[in-house]
Amino acid sequence: MNIFDIVMDIGFFAAAVRLAVPLLLGTLSELTAERSGVLNLGIEGMMLSGALAGFGTASATGSLWLGVTAAIGVGMLVGALMALLVVTLRLDQTVTGLGVSLMATGLVFYSYRLGFGESSTPPAITPFSTIPLPFLSDIPVIGPVFFNQYALTYLAYLLVPALAFFLYRTPAGLALRSVGENPQAAAAAGIDPIRVRFLALIAAGGLAGLAGAYLNLAAFGSFTFGIIAGRGWICLALVVLGRWNPIACAGAAFLFGAVDALQLRLQASGAVDLPYQLFLALPYAATLVAMILNASRAVGPTALMQPYDAEQR
Amino acid sequence: MRLIAKQHQTSRRRDAMMPVLAVAASLAICGVLILIAGANPFTAFGIMVSAAFGGKLALTETLARAAPLMLSGLAALVALRTRFWNIGGEGQIIVGAMAAAWIGALPQLPTHLLIPMMLIGAALAGAALAAVPATLKTRLGVDEVVSTLMLNFIVMYVMMALLSGIWKNPVTGWTNSPDILPAAEFPVFWNGTRLHLGVLVAFLAVGVIGILMKYTTLGLSMKIVGENAKAARHAGLSVARVTLLAAMLSGALAGLAGAGEVGGIQFQVIASISSGYGYAGIVVAMLARLSAAGIIPAALFLAAVTTGADEMSRQTGVPFFIADAMQGICLIAVLVAMTLSRYQIRFRPTSDSKASP
Amino acid sequence: MSICNDAPILSLSGITKRFAGVTANKAVDFNLHRGEIVGLLGENGAGKTTLMNVVFGLYRPDEGAIRISGEPASIGNTADAIALGIGMVHQHSHAVGRHTVLENLMAGLPGRYGLLDRRSALKRLSEIGDAYGLRLDPDRLVGSLAVGERQRLDIIRALLRQARVLILDEPTSVLTPQETEGLFAALRALKADKVGIVFISHKLNEVRAITDRVVVMRRGEVVAAVANDGKLTNLDLASLMCGHEPERVVREPREQGETRLSIRKLRLDKPKLEKQAGAPIDLDIHAGEIVGIAGVSGNGQVRFAETVGGVETIAEGEIRLNGKPIGNPSPRRMQAEGLAYIPEDRIGAGLVGALPVEENLVLSRFTEAPFARHGWLDWRAIKDFATRQIAAYDVRPPDPQALVGLLSGGNQQKAIVARELAFSPRILVIAQPTRGLDVTAIAFVHRALMNLRDQGCAIMLISDDLDELFQLSDRIAVMYESEIVCDVPIEEATIATIGLAMNGGTKTRGASA
Repeated sequence: MNIFDIVMDIGFFAAAVRLAVPLLLGTLSELTAERSGVLNLGIEGMMLSGALAGFGTASATGSLWLGVTAAIGVGMLVGALMALLVVTLRLDQTVTGLGVSLMATGLVFYSYRLGFGESSTPPAITPFSTIPLPFLSDIPVIGPVFFNQYALTYLAYLLVPALAFFLYRTPAGLALRSVGENPQAAAAAGIDPIRVRFLALIAAGGLAGLAGAYLNLAAFGSFTFGIIAGRGWICLALVVLGRWNPIACAGAAFLFGAVDALQLRLQASGAVDLPYQLFLALPYAATLVAMILNASRAVGPTALMQPYDAEQR
Repeated sequence: MRLIAKQHQTSRRRDAMMPVLAVAASLAICGVLILIAGANPFTAFGIMVSAAFGGKLALTETLARAAPLMLSGLAALVALRTRFWNIGGEGQIIVGAMAAAWIGALPQLPTHLLIPMMLIGAALAGAALAAVPATLKTRLGVDEVVSTLMLNFIVMYVMMALLSGIWKNPVTGWTNSPDILPAAEFPVFWNGTRLHLGVLVAFLAVGVIGILMKYTTLGLSMKIVGENAKAARHAGLSVARVTLLAAMLSGALAGLAGAGEVGGIQFQVIASISSGYGYAGIVVAMLARLSAAGIIPAALFLAAVTTGADEMSRQTGVPFFIADAMQGICLIAVLVAMTLSRYQIRFRPTSDSKASP
Repeated sequence: MSICNDAPILSLSGITKRFAGVTANKAVDFNLHRGEIVGLLGENGAGKTTLMNVVFGLYRPDEGAIRISGEPASIGNTADAIALGIGMVHQHSHAVGRHTVLENLMAGLPGRYGLLDRRSALKRLSEIGDAYGLRLDPDRLVGSLAVGERQRLDIIRALLRQARVLILDEPTSVLTPQETEGLFAALRALKADKVGIVFISHKLNEVRAITDRVVVMRRGEVVAAVANDGKLTNLDLASLMCGHEPERVVREPREQGETRLSIRKLRLDKPKLEKQAGAPIDLDIHAGEIVGIAGVSGNGQVRFAETVGGVETIAEGEIRLNGKPIGNPSPRRMQAEGLAYIPEDRIGAGLVGALPVEENLVLSRFTEAPFARHGWLDWRAIKDFATRQIAAYDVRPPDPQALVGLLSGGNQQKAIVARELAFSPRILVIAQPTRGLDVTAIAFVHRALMNLRDQGCAIMLISDDLDELFQLSDRIAVMYESEIVCDVPIEEATIATIGLAMNGGTKTRGASA
């Protein structure tokens, strides 16, 4: 089997979409936070918290949708914690975000062991099954790739235009963008930057939680410690690559879903003598290049990483 | 709720107490977690203390675990003091480890030069890697938070590719680098323990960085650039040069941590050679309140939590991951404590103008 | 005016606002009526902007009450202020540069059915254009607007929110005369619509031209409120602002020393967007002479000081120190020639707040002997020096370990002065030396400067405070739009001439050198 065979397979593209969805949701989460001016390094922890909350709830209640709800809820809680620390207390966003991720990771692993013990076979649930969309799934090539997926995938598709619409067409979205660009100007226009950032981080937490839940409730059907495995950090990179635009970010997410799928196939086939790990490094390398190219023009939100203090003189 | 800067001078003693308070709060939270797991927190902590410090093996093992944390903590300290947000410690540790493993397996080197060359090579590799984001920052204004994070993953996957590529054992198929030469293995100071040269290097590094920060013009320049770059410029310091030096020093320290793991513990590069030491270094540095002397207790504490948690988990059934939780909770707690010592929190007052008719 | 409308639309009583040790407003009372334009006049740091930021909900007053149309009002944030019909136009436009004009106008508005309401915003924009002659292209990026247009945007934004009280902070400082005329036409139209307007300024001509009443603030307090009945003169206003015609220090005539600082055809290196100065700067300062640089803030003084201090690069021209041309200025290069520089932004540029006093006392010299050798700090030398300077300049608390950020403004300034004067500079560049200081600290700094002058140092003193300049200077030069427009010996200077020159009124060159 050579690369050409792998890439020409429809199953490969369907897998690429499956792997892209968590990246897509996470990227929308990071995008929401960053457009409000907060670099959310807590995203890795938020995704992991969502994953466990979703899995735990689903296996306890048997309801996958309750699991999804719990994942979003727990993600929002972690988002609120992050907001309390960096927005209200104005702690440094970098170190605090790392701290939130470290803490969430530790607590999630701990809780998992408490809840599920140390069994040799990881507990599994019956994950969401794919729902072919009528008519759309019959379109050749595109149909089986995009429209024979999970309900959560369709939700993720919808969230991309929804977030774009929110950001560019609603007063709240404009307020969010204004705060991320220039919180003083936003305040002068009657917007409360503290409130906006708080809400943005809660929303970002919810989206990240959903991304986590997708991984075990739809894609894998079980929880493993490596379930997020740096996907949160990839989302930080994808936001840079997608130049803080929801549509472009979605494109970047699909691209790297494909890269991920490709390396998995290469790994499985074992026939191709290519270091597949280098493919995994691609999103990060591409991001670094994009940052260098973007350096002369300001691309990201202007007030990113600047704490807002109303009485600053 | 809003923060108001305190107008009176905060006492130094109170400031120094903050990390202690933070650790106490973290222990209390973890105590509750242990309680939830159905164990007595006091018994559990007791087991942890004796497993970490009781006896020669326990004590030396804790010290060996503290060594990479100390070096990584120093790396974070140097960078954070200069406000260079180096979260690329993980990648710098890995390149250090790779450089040490490569040099340590070179048969053509004179044997007595192997170990010094490993240390120097690892430090240079770490410094070179850190110089990339520092140069991008000072020359092009590329934000270092994301660039150092990206480099971590790039380096990690390059290492994985090497491990399953040219470094793969052709016979066994194990994805480890070849063993370093016996002469390249770090000497051990106490037979039967893992108290190796890397531990000494870590303690020496604490001294060196402590002296550097306190007694050299470079150390003071770093502090000035970190605290107020504009004032540094007005005082005639080159902010770009100081930032680059600090970043390279930070990278070199992280690289040394990687060398210690290869030369003293693993004798080869394995996929999990760093396993989060780079990020833990930031916890150590913050717990140490960015003072070199504080690095030793902070690193020992985190190392003890890890070694202690192993044994405690075996005896009580409380999940080992309490150690990971502890690390994150400590970092958050110390950040909050340090902020609260500088500010007072005032809840939104009902407006004064309303109160007076 | 009907009786029920008699209550002022905006009424402040006893407003006090303190910032970490500095009282910016002291029990201020202020009234504004419908259809009235009140000029709020005062020097920099008099507390005008702070007072209006309190009204707009950006700052919370520590004491005092605000009433809107007679009703007690609680203004916790800007949204409250806007809901009460208050609009503020800041000196430096508060707008999002990368958003369009329309986006900036719509930000913070509620919208319609949860969507941005472009159509009604556009409609209001054209109505405002028709009514007041304030027009802007809604689709332009704000970053591409000229400063005057950005200000128009801010005014339109306030009007779009139905502002009945409009606060304008130094609105003309960035405008050309033509733009100013346009602004005044709009303000008159607004006044006819019964909008109350607060016009913060220190441009006397404009205040006289547009306002009905003038309220003067000094050092955080209202010192006068006079009706603008057409008989007010600039001189009246200037003396209200600065107090009485300042007392002259009787000084012994001195023989002019050699030229220490000589500036020839200097153009400041400015960001592209700012307009370039008309003429390059020529200035000589001699030994034993204090040359005061007056000017309304924002006319290039900061950059001028930074350039002479070696922090900023030169666009064109030459600086000579002690007769020696300095090719490539840097702070160290200037220092080596015996130039000491004390910047206006004390805690931002002159000191490192998080470091102790002793380290700040050697901030610009710690890499050299006697404080360091071969890269090693000599802590004993540093501590000895710090202890000596702290005692000599009475820095309080007298603790070399105290963090500079926690010192009062006066003691911070003493620390900088102690540092820069320690090595008997031959030339001193000092900007706003007493801004925000209390009376004793001011006297201390003034005495130090006079002593230094008497020892033969050449001093360039940049200040907004005319009192200070008249008290200390041997010569006064005025900076206007990055240009020296007037340079006269103190004997020939009067408040009126200098004040006029500060507003671009005249160009006078006296017998300088």
